[in-house]
Amino acid sequence: MCETCGCSIPGHEHPEPADTHTVEVLKGLMSSNDHAAAHNREHFDRSGVLVVNLMSSPGAGKTRLLEQTAAALGSGLNIAVIEGDLETENDAERLRRGGIRAHQITTGSACHLDAHLIHRALHDFPLADERGPVDILFIENVGNLVCPAAFDLGQHLNVVLLSTTEGDDKPAKYPVMFRAADLVVVSKCDLLPMLDDFSVDRASASLAGLGNQTPVIRTAAGRQPDIAAWIEWLEARRGEHPVPLGEAGTPATQTA
Amino acid sequence: MAVCNELLAQVRATAQQHGARGVGTITVRIGALSGVEPDLLERAFTIARAGDYTDAARLVIETIGVRIRCRACGNENDAAANRLLCSACGGYAVDLVGGDELLLARIELQGIPDAEFSKQDQNAQGEKNYV
Repeated sequence: MCETCGCSIPGHEHPEPADTHTVEVLKGLMSSNDHAAAHNREHFDRSGVLVVNLMSSPGAGKTRLLEQTAAALGSGLNIAVIEGDLETENDAERLRRGGIRAHQITTGSACHLDAHLIHRALHDFPLADERGPVDILFIENVGNLVCPAAFDLGQHLNVVLLSTTEGDDKPAKYPVMFRAADLVVVSKCDLLPMLDDFSVDRASASLAGLGNQTPVIRTAAGRQPDIAAWIEWLEARRGEHPVPLGEAGTPATQTA
Repeated sequence: MAVCNELLAQVRATAQQHGARGVGTITVRIGALSGVEPDLLERAFTIARAGDYTDAARLVIETIGVRIRCRACGNENDAAANRLLCSACGGYAVDLVGGDELLLARIELQGIPDAEFSKQDQNAQGEKNYV
């Protein structure tokens, strides 16, 4: 069918009107977001904070994991959280009750956070408090395995939670999200004995099919928390994260 | 929708830059691993363009399949979005060669007389040569 007039005569052409011209643009459709993300990343790097973008389906246990993380880290590392939800301050309030500094972004109807929203939040949310500079900033993204994967926020690491009450083939169903992961956390592992349809091995195999070697760790953050592997991973990433220039990061003076 | 607004902002900027009075076909390139669904973008486009001089514009989406290159054996092959393995050796250490694009490729601008357009073209060429 002719795409211009819709008729079925093959091979006929419609000449372009004389004053019509085609220009090549070849510009990324994320360039506005990517620009803001680069700006955020610069800001984070100047402050020396490690930023982790936490993503999952709704209800996989992101907020719960953060509560337990703060309890496990104690006074060791200073953490703060930017929360993304469509509505309510509930999650930020929940974290604050646990003594965690948290800022809530409500997106209204948007199903993901973008770099501009984070930028705006940072104006009201300093990366240091009375305990000193923030070591790790978590961005708890809107519960959604689709859109958050496409928007760079300026984070250093992506962590995706997959809970045992979901399907273990989620990585194959949501390849864009899981391909972007630097770590996959299988959460609610304390429920595994009760579930007959989730296998951590199958989840790992589904992830390996995406062609990356993302590590998979198990956590349980319920009544008897077991998040040692997660804390170990976090501390290692924090350990290798560069400190800001001007402090310990200043190159030693060369002596001739 | 956010992607769509960015698309229209870029189209308007380009049209203004060239002094165009209208916009014809807008061509975008979307990779299977870009995280953007062509059908949804198309629907968002019809809503977002309303009441604007892009109202009569037509969106053409070129979808791009996933293509990977194996780091171990160097083989290049097409792949499904959720099966990114080398078809020759089965290796999983692969680099994405194509499939994550999200690009505004080209725009058909209307209402620019030929003489005016070739002048703009020459100016653009001149700028490039200068750099």
